[in-house]
Amino acid sequence: MLKVTNMNVYYGNIYAVKDVSFHVDEGEVVTLIGANGAGKSTILKTISGLLRSKTGSISFAGEEIGNVASHAIVKRGMAQVPEGRRVFLQMSVQENLEMGHYTQQGATMTERMEGVYERFPRLLERRKQVAGTLSGGEQQMLAMGRALMSRPRLLMLDEPSMGLAPLLVEQIFEIIGELNRAGTTILLVEQNANMALKVANRGYVLETGRIITTDSASALLEDDTVRKAYLGG
Amino acid sequence: MKRFTLSMPVRYIINTVLIITLLLVGNQIMGSGILGRAQTAIIIQVGFFIILAVSLNMVTGYLGQLPLGHAGFMAVGAYAGALFWRAAVLPGMASVVGGLIVAGVAAAITGVIIGIPALRLRGDYLAIITLGFGEIIRVVLNNLDTITYGARGLRNIPRYSSFMLVYICVIVACGAIHMIMKSRHGRAILSIRENEIAAESCGINTTYYKVLTFAVSAFFAGVAGALFAGNIGILVPANFDFMTSINILMIVVLGGLGSMMGSVIAASVLTSLPLVLQPLNEYRMIIFSLMLIVVMIFKPSGLMGNYDFSMSRIIEKVVNRLRTGKTAGKLKSGK
Repeated sequence: MLKVTNMNVYYGNIYAVKDVSFHVDEGEVVTLIGANGAGKSTILKTISGLLRSKTGSISFAGEEIGNVASHAIVKRGMAQVPEGRRVFLQMSVQENLEMGHYTQQGATMTERMEGVYERFPRLLERRKQVAGTLSGGEQQMLAMGRALMSRPRLLMLDEPSMGLAPLLVEQIFEIIGELNRAGTTILLVEQNANMALKVANRGYVLETGRIITTDSASALLEDDTVRKAYLGG
Repeated sequence: MKRFTLSMPVRYIINTVLIITLLLVGNQIMGSGILGRAQTAIIIQVGFFIILAVSLNMVTGYLGQLPLGHAGFMAVGAYAGALFWRAAVLPGMASVVGGLIVAGVAAAITGVIIGIPALRLRGDYLAIITLGFGEIIRVVLNNLDTITYGARGLRNIPRYSSFMLVYICVIVACGAIHMIMKSRHGRAILSIRENEIAAESCGINTTYYKVLTFAVSAFFAGVAGALFAGNIGILVPANFDFMTSINILMIVVLGGLGSMMGSVIAASVLTSLPLVLQPLNEYRMIIFSLMLIVVMIFKPSGLMGNYDFSMSRIIEKVVNRLRTGKTAGKLKSGK
């Protein structure tokens, strides 16, 4: 469904991502793991069109999107939950969800919103509340709910566990699993390699802008170098 | 008990009736000669400052950017409108309306031309680049001697800006901006203020909306400029210096970023204050500044914060209160 080949991204003269190629098939959960500064978020930003790759191609559902503007990519069925949640703090929960429906035509909004509330009952309770007063976990749910409003074929999550209590992290990953079983393809970028690999089908390990190894998630969980580097021995 | 709410058509009827009454009453008062010359002049002036403030509020309050060149758009509109009126290519009323539209469009085009490069920047940088553009517009007008007569001034502009015309423009400007902000496009604009990256990830074309907001804002600034020209009858580029931009910004900030009603009130107060304080002579600028400082200390979000006035909402509230009052009374008597 998503195929990235030879992605090279530079910030000025400094390269952030070097010759990265990977793919995500329909129905999969694929995770990119790696330490701080490995280039995970840069890759996501490049896919969603906020940054540009100097070489190679990015194709989504068979179409080249390497030169498509980021707002137009959303319309093609790719939604992103940006790093650090980035909900609209001064808007209510409901208004945030309405924003997520922005690219969609027709009267599907109430129906989809009900779907989101069903998955995140907490958001229904806080429907009228201003998003800035939600807890970190609730904001993460809201950011995910907002992305789901466009009923994406591919959902990209950037560090959904960031700054959340362990119990909430577990809950968020459970939801990621549920979403996948409901038919959404997911590309997950995470520092919490352990949790990410448990929910994913396949994983890519990044180090200083390159993919150093790739395998099925279960194999990576057992892999010695990965264990040493990211899973704490 | 179900809350009492007014349906949309009823709201529109209430608003239309209110607006027409206000216009007619205002026109009667203005024509009756109760007010002196100074007062009538101020009331007209308040009108175009309201348009300037609500249009700038669109960019500053709703889009969350800080441009400092609003007077530049006003200048473009003023000269475009004035030149159109002087040329008198259309007869009577058509010429008046045509001039306003020409003024707005000219300013909007300038807005797009400036907006595309300027809106790539943010915050202080945007402020400085728009300040620069505003000054460029003024200098260009000063030196386009054959068309604008430069510093000697563009004279003999027909005085079309009656109370009625100015305030109809005020209503059109407020109404149009209100409608844009209540629409899907308005939501998109607000979401850019809230969080640009999130807006982009929701599929909003942020560049498009920034430039659009800038253009609409410039359009109305241009209309206000033309009204200004039609009021004083002579234009010199010095009318549109940096301080004018600052004054407009001051009105918006004082009224409350993102509150249309705040802009309207602050425009009325700040424009008429120099007249009211006239007996105090040299102290009036001190009082003026002190007032600004006091408001910013005690109400940093501006007079109105981001509250907006709605007559229908007030009616709903009153009716609801009366109703609950009644049922409370019944319960008591039942006991």
